[in-house]
Amino acid sequence: MLQTFFNLDIIGQAWRIILAGLGNTVLLSVIVVPLGLLGGLALSLLAGVRKPWVRWPLMAWVDFFRAFPPLVLLIFLYAGLPFVGLELGGFACVCIAFFLNNGAYYGEILRAGIESVPEGQTEAARSTGLGRYQTMLYVVLPQAVRNVLPDLLSNTLEVVKLTSLGSVVAMPELLFQARQAQSLTYNPTPIVFAAVIYFVLLWPLVRLLSRLENRALARP
Amino acid sequence: MSNWERFLDTFFNGRVMARYLPDIAYGTLVTIELAALVIISGLAAGLALALVRSLGFRPLNLLIVFVVDLFRALPPLVIIVFIYFGLPAVEVSPSGFISTWLSLALVLMAFSEEIFWAGITSIHKGQWEAARSTGLSYGQTLIHVVLPQAIRLTIPPLTNRTIAITKGTALGTVVAVSEILGMASSAVSNSYNPSPLTLGAIAYLILFLPMVIVGRWLETRMTWKR
Repeated sequence: MLQTFFNLDIIGQAWRIILAGLGNTVLLSVIVVPLGLLGGLALSLLAGVRKPWVRWPLMAWVDFFRAFPPLVLLIFLYAGLPFVGLELGGFACVCIAFFLNNGAYYGEILRAGIESVPEGQTEAARSTGLGRYQTMLYVVLPQAVRNVLPDLLSNTLEVVKLTSLGSVVAMPELLFQARQAQSLTYNPTPIVFAAVIYFVLLWPLVRLLSRLENRALARP
Repeated sequence: MSNWERFLDTFFNGRVMARYLPDIAYGTLVTIELAALVIISGLAAGLALALVRSLGFRPLNLLIVFVVDLFRALPPLVIIVFIYFGLPAVEVSPSGFISTWLSLALVLMAFSEEIFWAGITSIHKGQWEAARSTGLSYGQTLIHVVLPQAIRLTIPPLTNRTIAITKGTALGTVVAVSEILGMASSAVSNSYNPSPLTLGAIAYLILFLPMVIVGRWLETRMTWKR
C-alpha cells in the first residue's frame, strides 16, 4: 500500500515535474482571481443601475454563466473557436473561461455586499460633498467587501481548485504534471503527492472559512 | 458565403445537430442520472455526518472535521483522477461513472455537512432544553424541533452549493463518462464541426438554468437572517 501510493523513490523522481506544475497553478491563480474579481466588480457596479434595460440583460448574463459548467465553457473555447480560425491555446482559454464564469460568481457576491450597505451611508457620504465615485470607492465598497468577505474567500477557494481544469486543455499545472509523472513512472504516487500539495495549500483557507461561517451564523 | 452565414454554418449547423441530437439526448440522460445520484447520496451522507457530529463524541468529531476539510480543499477533478487512474494500482478499477459519482458525492457530503452543522448549531440552546424538558428524547428533539428549523435555514446555501457541485458532472468527460460534454466532444471530432458542442451547451442550460433561477429566488425568499 505504502509502496503504491506513497512511494518515496517515485517522489524523488517526480518532484521536479510536480513542483513546476505547482508553480503554474500558483501563477494561474494569481492571474485568474484578480481577473474574476475585476469582472465581478464591473458587474456589481452595473447592477446598481436601476434601469430595466441594464438590469435584465445583466441578470441573464450572470445566470447564464452560473448555469454553465466551467469545463463546458473551457472546452467550447478550446475546441470550438479553432473552427472559426481562432486558436487561443490552453492558457488564454482558461483565462477567458474563468473570467466569464468567476466574474459572474464574484459579481453576485459583490452585488449582495453592496446591497447590504444601508442607503443612509451613501446619503451621508454624498451630503458631506463626496462625489458618486468617491462615495462608492471610499464608503460603500469597503463596507460591502467586509460584509461578504466569507463568500468572497469561499469563491476564491473554488477558483483556485478550478485551476485544475487547466489539465484538460494541456495547461501544465499541478494536476496535469502529476498525471504526466504518473504515466512516466507507472505509479499513482505523483497524484497523491499533488493531492497532498493542494490540501496543504488550501487547508488553512478552509479552516478560516469554516470559522467565519460558524461565526456568521452564531450572530444573533 | 458571408461571415455570418459561415458562423452559423460552423456553430449552428442544422444537419450536424440533427444527426447528433440522439447522442446528446442520451448524454443528457446520463448527466441527469449522475446528478441525481450525486445529490441524493451526497446530501444524505452530509446530513448523516452532521447528525453524528451533534452527538458530541470528540475523537469522532475530529475525524469528521478532517474528512470534511479534506474534501473541501481538494479539487473534484483531482479526486476523480485519483479514483479512476490511481486505484487500479491496487486492483480496484471503478468505472468512470462510479469514479465521478463517488468523487462528487464526497465533495457534496463535505460541503453539506458544514452547512447542516452550521444550521444545527444555529438553533438556540434553549430550544434543546425546552424540548428535552417536555419529555422528548434526544432523537425526537432532533427530528421534531431542531432539524425542521435548521434545514429551513440551510436551504438557500445548500441549493447553491448543490448546483455548483452538480455542474461538476461535466468533469466525468475526463474519465470517459458518456455524459453531455463527453458525447458532444466525440461528436465534434467525428463530424469535424463544433455544432454538437453548441447542442451540449444548450442541454446544460436547459438543465441548470432553472436550478440557478430557483436558487436565486430561494436566496431572496429565505436568507440566513431570522
